[in-house]
Amino acid sequence: MAEIVSLADAVAVAIRDGDTVAMEGFTHLIPHAAGHEVIRQRRRDLTLVRMTPDVIYDQLIGAGCARKLVFSWGGNPGVGSLHRFRDAVQHSWPCPLELEEHSHAGMANRYVAGASGLPFAVLRGYSGTSLAAHTPNIAEISCPFTGETLTAVAALRPDVTVIHAQRADLAGNVQFWGITGVQKEAVLAARQSVVTVEEIVEALDPRPGAVVLPSWAVGYVALAPGGAHPSYALGYSSRDNDFYIAWDAISKDRDTFSRWLDQHVYLGAAR
Amino acid sequence: MTAGYTADEMMAVTASRALRDGMTCFVGIGLPSEAANLAQATHAPNLVLIYESGTIGARPGALPLSIGDGILAETADTVVSVPEIFNYWLQPGRIDVGFLGAAQIDRFGNINTTVIGQDYAEPKVRLPGAGGAPEIAASCREVIVVVRQSPRAFVDKVDFVTSVGFGDGPGCRERLGLTGAGPRKIVTDLGVLEPDPVTFELTLTGVCPGVSVKEVKAGTGWELSVSAGLRELPRPAAAELAALRALRAATPASEGAN
Repeated sequence: MAEIVSLADAVAVAIRDGDTVAMEGFTHLIPHAAGHEVIRQRRRDLTLVRMTPDVIYDQLIGAGCARKLVFSWGGNPGVGSLHRFRDAVQHSWPCPLELEEHSHAGMANRYVAGASGLPFAVLRGYSGTSLAAHTPNIAEISCPFTGETLTAVAALRPDVTVIHAQRADLAGNVQFWGITGVQKEAVLAARQSVVTVEEIVEALDPRPGAVVLPSWAVGYVALAPGGAHPSYALGYSSRDNDFYIAWDAISKDRDTFSRWLDQHVYLGAAR
Repeated sequence: MTAGYTADEMMAVTASRALRDGMTCFVGIGLPSEAANLAQATHAPNLVLIYESGTIGARPGALPLSIGDGILAETADTVVSVPEIFNYWLQPGRIDVGFLGAAQIDRFGNINTTVIGQDYAEPKVRLPGAGGAPEIAASCREVIVVVRQSPRAFVDKVDFVTSVGFGDGPGCRERLGLTGAGPRKIVTDLGVLEPDPVTFELTLTGVCPGVSVKEVKAGTGWELSVSAGLRELPRPAAAELAALRALRAATPASEGAN
């Protein structure tokens, strides 16, 4: 059964230095509050996994939490580059960042394999690209039935997956809807999970298209209203596009970024 | 602006005209999204917009800043998970056209959105990476690329193959087992390039009004061939410009690739 705890306690208990941590949320429901708590608790040497490392991973990387990034698209959606990510890759600031990169289809299937308890997943993908040359986690495989050459990708099995959801009930059952991304697979692929929620209600009523993760499949649930900001939670908040645009200038310069981190993350009270 | 429209507007209109009504279209963010939404607002009201966030049949009305804006989910026929959008919808070849951007594109239509520079470990410029593009380029029935023309973007050979066009030439897609036909059209702010039917090399087939072939050649990093059937592209209609400007006015101020 999921334990309902504070976000600070959830991060303190679930995430250790050196862990492989996946924070998922495809534009929608990105667990920003949880990411900030990881920064505040000064976790180090994390292998961060995420299909679309955007602003929250830029912050984690710039704060020095990450040793390695496993991803498929690293940018500020609709705005441009991630400057902290670039600075880490090109100048090792604040520390070197090892990269392992995939396509979205490859990453999604790696989570599916992890959630399914399989060592790998099969897809039509990567053929002819330069991507396979840079990681051992992409390999050709021959179909045992047709002989066709396909691509295998190694399963992702994070130590911890962190997601943000609209709601949980008092028993710790989690419900989220709208663009649900790859969060279900990411949680089921991981050994442990932390879910922040907009609200905790007595009982969940059915929602069209909602994903429900039963309490017994979740590790920790923590209340964090507005915890996706500047991402959003459908039905609760809108995407703060202005912040994404403003992040470009905040993150461009190391000092401006460090000041922002001091003001908005280190001095911000843990929820 | 003496023509009454900008080169970027001309590019968006030309790209939108490459989409036919009723097509299913897998859309990248940025220039492709703008052109696809323009097509839906003008001549292709039944264009099915599919974004990699899992939204199928979105009708955003304004340009989304990201592929996962709430407006996409709220207006979609259905929203599916990310594994589903790639595995069930893209991979089997159900989608007519993939609409992509590029940082670099080469003479065989191969796309780089990963790194600029020969050394992957020490890149000159680190770009966002692949996203959904490799499989969109592989599995959509055809691909349209929208990219501003410059010798830095149009290179003889990409530094990194993120998404395959025609590989090293004729027969390559078949050898690689790629099911879609590959790039049909590259729409730029200067004109349109299409693969030569025999060599598969990108060839100039259309120029924007007021643009010379010399200018396009100067914006291309290889010896650009010009099609015998080269034509001047039709100017944007007033209704198209009005629709495009209305879309932009309803959109947060920014731009960027994918």
